[in-house]
Amino acid sequence: MTRNRRRRVTNTVMLGLTACAALAATSILFLILAYLIVKGGASINVAFFTQLPRPVGEVGGGMGNAIVGSAKLIAIAACLGLPLGFATAVYLSEFAPPRVASAIRYVLDLLNGVPSIVIGIFVYALLVIPMRHFSTVAGGVALGLIIIPVVGRSAEEFLRTIPSSWREASLALGATRATTVFRVVVPAALPAMVTAAMLALARVAGETAPLLFTALNNRFWSPGINQPTASLPVMIFTYAISPYPDWHRQAWAAGLVLLALVLAANVAAGLVLWKRMGAG
Amino acid sequence: MDAAVPILRRRRALQARVGDLLGHWVTAMCAAVVVAITVLIAYELWSSSAMARRLFGFAFLFEQHWDPVAGRFGAAPFVYGTLVTSALALLFAVPLGLGAAIFLAELAPPRLSRSLGLGVELLAGVPSVIYGLVGLAVLVPIMREWVEPGLQAIAGFLPLFSGPIYGVGYLTAGLVLAAMVLPFIVSVGREVLLAVPRDQREAALALGATRWETIAHVVVPYARVGLLGGIMLALGRALGETMAVTMVIGSRPEIALSLFAPGHSMAAVIANEFTEAADELYLQALVEIGLVLFGVTMAVNGLARLMIARIRRAGGGR
Repeated sequence: MTRNRRRRVTNTVMLGLTACAALAATSILFLILAYLIVKGGASINVAFFTQLPRPVGEVGGGMGNAIVGSAKLIAIAACLGLPLGFATAVYLSEFAPPRVASAIRYVLDLLNGVPSIVIGIFVYALLVIPMRHFSTVAGGVALGLIIIPVVGRSAEEFLRTIPSSWREASLALGATRATTVFRVVVPAALPAMVTAAMLALARVAGETAPLLFTALNNRFWSPGINQPTASLPVMIFTYAISPYPDWHRQAWAAGLVLLALVLAANVAAGLVLWKRMGAG
Repeated sequence: MDAAVPILRRRRALQARVGDLLGHWVTAMCAAVVVAITVLIAYELWSSSAMARRLFGFAFLFEQHWDPVAGRFGAAPFVYGTLVTSALALLFAVPLGLGAAIFLAELAPPRLSRSLGLGVELLAGVPSVIYGLVGLAVLVPIMREWVEPGLQAIAGFLPLFSGPIYGVGYLTAGLVLAAMVLPFIVSVGREVLLAVPRDQREAALALGATRWETIAHVVVPYARVGLLGGIMLALGRALGETMAVTMVIGSRPEIALSLFAPGHSMAAVIANEFTEAADELYLQALVEIGLVLFGVTMAVNGLARLMIARIRRAGGGR
């Protein structure tokens, strides 16, 4: 009897502990959100979005150049990373022999695990040294390289959820392999692939390490793509470790803007997928 | 007219074959480019650190003095910092993450499991610089005023908890890292636990085991390779994580036994000093640290993926 009681008590206690662990894990998200909303919300204003950073010591100013810079970096990253990622995904799911596919999949996973700071070193050696200066395009390329495995792996998973009976039906109607892939399979997976792209872009929007010595930073507007540029994550880093209270205030504001963008993309992607899974 | 039909048909067939080949080879080329990029990264790191590797050899990893001005480059403080912070991160994140994964996979009703799961996914999406910002502004003061003095009062006789308190240091960096890798452990853990066949659980319950006994003695052992894979994946992240660690570790290139002491990590020293590296050897030493980091994370991730793939194959149905 006492032994059974002990077992029951152990059961209740341990199950309770796992619930606490789940609660603790999710509450970290809410703590981060709460701090950003309280501290960032108090210091966000129109000037933050439109003005340039003021010189050290002057209160006020904004991060307009960093917001534009981040947008440009993400656009370059998308131009490089999305086509490569999608094409690789199509190859893996539609054309590649199984053994080749699993080998390439493994390489993608490894590429995904490469620390982003190492990608930064790579792009520094690849572009910054030959060009002899830091530039927006170098930063964009670094982010694009990070996108490839993220978008490649998730797009492939989505492509593989398209039932093979659809492919067979198309082939039976006399369509070629290429027609089947690009007229039937890819269009069917398109919403999910757009989601994958959104998630990948959201992830690199917050990447800081690969930008530190590719795009560097800039306290002014950066025309074109050939000059160093400010970006939201690098500004947050620079301002957060600075000794000036006004810069800390702006770091919180920038953190709130960045996190809002990233979470909005994540939630939107989640909703799209949820809807599809509910329907399908 | 009649003669034209076979020609048209032949042209169609040719077009179809060309289209197929084009689709196949264009996508295959892109895949090849991706593989080539990975190889190129390894090659660039290797060749850009050639001079440093020749000059320092393996002793680089064990040499304790990092003094770029005097031309002395030893990576031991950074290797030590990376290992200690990653170990601390796993120490905190593994019990918490496995507990949460068990709750999500085994106990929570589907709706709750899905919304908590979404919360965990979102946590994984938070940029690391934001972890650093919150860590620096919120966690560091808490550690300095409350946690570290408290620990010192209780266990100050241990060298791990002795010495002056700054707030920034190994322990704080380990905590921030723990929060960052937690989502990986939870989401991989949940997935592999769900892949354990239903009849395993039912058999244990039918023998009279409690829910917890079923989980601890049947479900978790069955999924252990996959769980370990998730932990390795988290380790890979922790080893290479840069920004959050850079912001809270204190950036002092010395080895200290105390967890309260400021230290440095491999990724952090690259982030801090790469743009300041004035001479070629300094830069090469930093690239060599990057090379080591690349090699280690590749090995850890490679192993992790193999382990997760194994449990996925073994699991099959639910």
